[in-house]
Amino acid sequence: MLANFTPSASDVLRFLPETILITAGTLMMVLDPFLSASKPKFFGHLSILAFIAALFAAIAANGDPGFAYSNLLVVDGFATYFRILVITIGIFAVFSSYHYLDREKAETSEYHALLLFAVSGQCLMAASNDLIMIFIGLEISSIASYVLAGYLRHDKRNNEAALKYFLLGSFATGFLLYGVALVYGLTGSTKLNEVHTAIAAPGISLVMVSVAAALMIIGLGFKVSGAPFQMWAPDVYQGAPAPVSAFLATAPKAAAFAIFLRIFVTAFQPVASSWEPVLWVMALLSMTIGNFAALTQKNVKRMLGYSSIAHAGYILVAITSRSEIGTTAAMFYLAAYALMNIGAFAVVIHMAGKGETNVQIDDLAGLAKKQPLTAALLTVFILSLIGVPLTGGFFGKFYIFRAALESNLVWLAVLGLLNSAVAAYYYLRLLVVMYMHDPSEATEALEPLTPGLRVALVLPAIGTFILGILPGFVLNFARDAAGIGK
Amino acid sequence: MTLLDIIIAIPALGCILALLIPRNQAQFSRLFTLAVSLVTFVASLGLVTGFDQKATGQQFVTNFVWIQNPEIHYHIGIDGLSLWLIMLATFLTPIAILISWNYIQDRAKEFYAFLLLLEFGLIGVFSAWDLFLFYVFWEVVLIPMYFLIGIWGHDRRIYAAVKFFLYTMVGSVLMLAAIIFLYTQAGTFDYVTVLDMLQSGRIALTHTEETLLFLAFFLAFAIKVPLFPLHTWLPDAHVEAPTAGSVMLASVMLKMGTYGLVRFCLPMFPGAARENAPWIATLAIIGIVYGALVAMVQPNMKKLVAYSSVSHLGFVVLGVFSFNQMGLDGAVYQMLNHGISTGALFVLVGFLYERKHSLAIKDYGGVATMAPWLSIVFMITTFASIGLPTLNNFVGEFLVLQGAAIRSISWAAFAGLGVILSACYMLWMYQRVFFGTVDGVEAPADAHGGHDDHAPAAHGHDAHGHDSHGHSMPDLSPREWACVVPLVVMMVWMGMYSQSFLPVISAENARILDSTRKSPISSNVKITPVTGGSANAR
Repeated sequence: MLANFTPSASDVLRFLPETILITAGTLMMVLDPFLSASKPKFFGHLSILAFIAALFAAIAANGDPGFAYSNLLVVDGFATYFRILVITIGIFAVFSSYHYLDREKAETSEYHALLLFAVSGQCLMAASNDLIMIFIGLEISSIASYVLAGYLRHDKRNNEAALKYFLLGSFATGFLLYGVALVYGLTGSTKLNEVHTAIAAPGISLVMVSVAAALMIIGLGFKVSGAPFQMWAPDVYQGAPAPVSAFLATAPKAAAFAIFLRIFVTAFQPVASSWEPVLWVMALLSMTIGNFAALTQKNVKRMLGYSSIAHAGYILVAITSRSEIGTTAAMFYLAAYALMNIGAFAVVIHMAGKGETNVQIDDLAGLAKKQPLTAALLTVFILSLIGVPLTGGFFGKFYIFRAALESNLVWLAVLGLLNSAVAAYYYLRLLVVMYMHDPSEATEALEPLTPGLRVALVLPAIGTFILGILPGFVLNFARDAAGIGK
Repeated sequence: MTLLDIIIAIPALGCILALLIPRNQAQFSRLFTLAVSLVTFVASLGLVTGFDQKATGQQFVTNFVWIQNPEIHYHIGIDGLSLWLIMLATFLTPIAILISWNYIQDRAKEFYAFLLLLEFGLIGVFSAWDLFLFYVFWEVVLIPMYFLIGIWGHDRRIYAAVKFFLYTMVGSVLMLAAIIFLYTQAGTFDYVTVLDMLQSGRIALTHTEETLLFLAFFLAFAIKVPLFPLHTWLPDAHVEAPTAGSVMLASVMLKMGTYGLVRFCLPMFPGAARENAPWIATLAIIGIVYGALVAMVQPNMKKLVAYSSVSHLGFVVLGVFSFNQMGLDGAVYQMLNHGISTGALFVLVGFLYERKHSLAIKDYGGVATMAPWLSIVFMITTFASIGLPTLNNFVGEFLVLQGAAIRSISWAAFAGLGVILSACYMLWMYQRVFFGTVDGVEAPADAHGGHDDHAPAAHGHDAHGHDSHGHSMPDLSPREWACVVPLVVMMVWMGMYSQSFLPVISAENARILDSTRKSPISSNVKITPVTGGSANAR
């Protein structure tokens, strides 16, 4: 029996990305006293190196797919897809933070260490095959995120964001945990594949299974900011430091959707017909509330917060369709969404100025005259958020609504598409102020783009076009990986 | 690689290259984009000469897989229906660039780059044979026009641009839903295959499904046309857009809607199209009369022309939904005619605006004595627009009315009212602008100014450009001549010798009409070859 506790080479390889990230994070905390004052940028460089190493590790681990550590973890295409996604988001988060931390005179070591921890938790979530592992991954990610949200501890808004995020987040985790407990009580297992078998077997109380599923939907609904559990998102995205908002809007959400998909497509698949109507309503509510609330926002970060709720709604449409195409669509959309949101937030970071004084939509006025390139790049992201063809956002939306229509969710698809027309209105306002208004004080005094932000703008823009024009590679990867639960 | 590929690629590449030109080289970017658009036009002449009139179906076809799964093809080609619309786009783009020569000074290179992007999208829309690809081009057109109106437009430009975008967006998302729905039924986006499956009954749509799909496509197209009562974005967009934007919008972009009706709505959903034809035709007739009546009371020249577009496009829709050869031929021909004559009207109104910086009719008067050539050209265009025989619109309107009369004499009677009214509003405007005298409120110096750098120069040597009040207005400059002469030539050519254009259109229309007569059920029972079957079918 003892031999079971010695990890095999495969175990180590399959857990390598998380190992690298956690080691690097810990190393940073050790190095902090020695280097923090003299070389503030060092930690950023180090975390980029760690992320890139983890990226290769994730790709390498995909070469040897299978379970690890007594079936607690599973490395498959699905896990790899989301690992690569969250690690990539991590890299962009670092690039967009260099200048911001410098401007705000903030400590760099802890920030980057927290980022690494958060991403490691998200990688773990993506690769979990066990409800307890999912919970651990979620907690690692969440706790690091709570701290990040309040990172500038002298800033009131940061504190508010962190507290809100923490309270509501822990509440949500509680629901999730209740669900896990119920599942364990019903099936005697926390392994997703075993839960699936147990639920599919005759004689189990489907009512109780549905209650467990409902509790988990509540918990995960919070994490993905799906309505009616979306209240925290705009406040947190508005209050948190801009690069953290960019990160929070993308990476934890991607990871939360990963476990959402994994749990509901594998474990709860036998009772799918009972959760479909719930998700149907959630999807429609998220799209509608997100889009209509965003219409009147004046703060760019807050508007992007509401827009992220709407985008969560689109992804929920994909999940509601309960098919492999739906899973593929959700996965693809998350990648497209991550790229366009990182890019949009990067412009916000660029514009914000010290103390984030310029984060109103009107502060973007005349950007196209002062910095045509920045404006053009933001235009790419906005067009992608609207869903204009040749961008990743369009193809993702197209694929989602294709999945919905193939599953006969005609009304959801039509209402979702009409929603995206509503959304066009508030995204257009950004284009209007950038291109059609005279420069504001904020744009007049704007510094040129820093190299870090340039990376965080140009690469996602290229990625957005690639996903829109040649989506084949990512789509095929997602499609091959979408067969989880088989 | 066919000629059509090259014609699509030139404006796209030109647009990217134009954006790379340094900001201070405005003149070079003008020359460059003009050269690109002229090259595109010359190349597109090859489509006409190379077009095989005997052959049916698509020509200049390129078809390869663009996205593997779901299988989306880059499938382009032209037939008799799209040939002239593509020509219209390539013909008007150089003119649009030329008329903006002096007027656009702010962010010039972006302006011209957007015009090329617009041309790229328009050619793509008219040549796409894959439904997904069609939607892509359909939306691509939206972006440059949004910016053209929003950045370089007049006072209420932002309102107009956003309204334009949102109207189109609402229509097009429903069309996207319909396209995806067809895909889930057919398993392909290839239009020819989808059409074949629909017509052979391999995709069996229920009556409700067919009606809803038809309406989804129809709504997108009707907004674009625009059909009354969805037209309200058009006057705003036209009035606020810079001249080049108005020209491209009226002349080519509106045709995307009518083209869509003929290309997609009729053949794919013939049953629903016929069933809904009465109320659609009624809306078209209301549009004809309403547009004309509203045009009559407009104090603003551009708005007048915009409402006249609503009226003219009503004829096109009426012709399409008459479901006979005459009506359809007239409708398609009228698309081209409207492109030329309304395009010319906007060009000329733009010339007046550059001279006086006003669009209000009351600010003008006596232009005929100051700028006689401009007045003559405007007169010819006015005559073309009201459908004087020997000029282009006559042919189209006549065919449409004849087609409508075959269907119902009352349709033709009410629509005919539109022809009479168009004479009223156009001639009345002409009279107020070109004859009489100016009230003399403004000082003469105000006639020029702004950023029109050519006007003062022309003023200097323009001996006859003064009227009795000391007002002056330069006549057409060589650049302006270059813009209007091709348009006038086309008006006369299309009016006098429609045989150059109509046969290929008729051939394609006959095929489309033929396909709408076959119901899926009957073709399943008796397998009749397509050829020759159209004559006796009712």
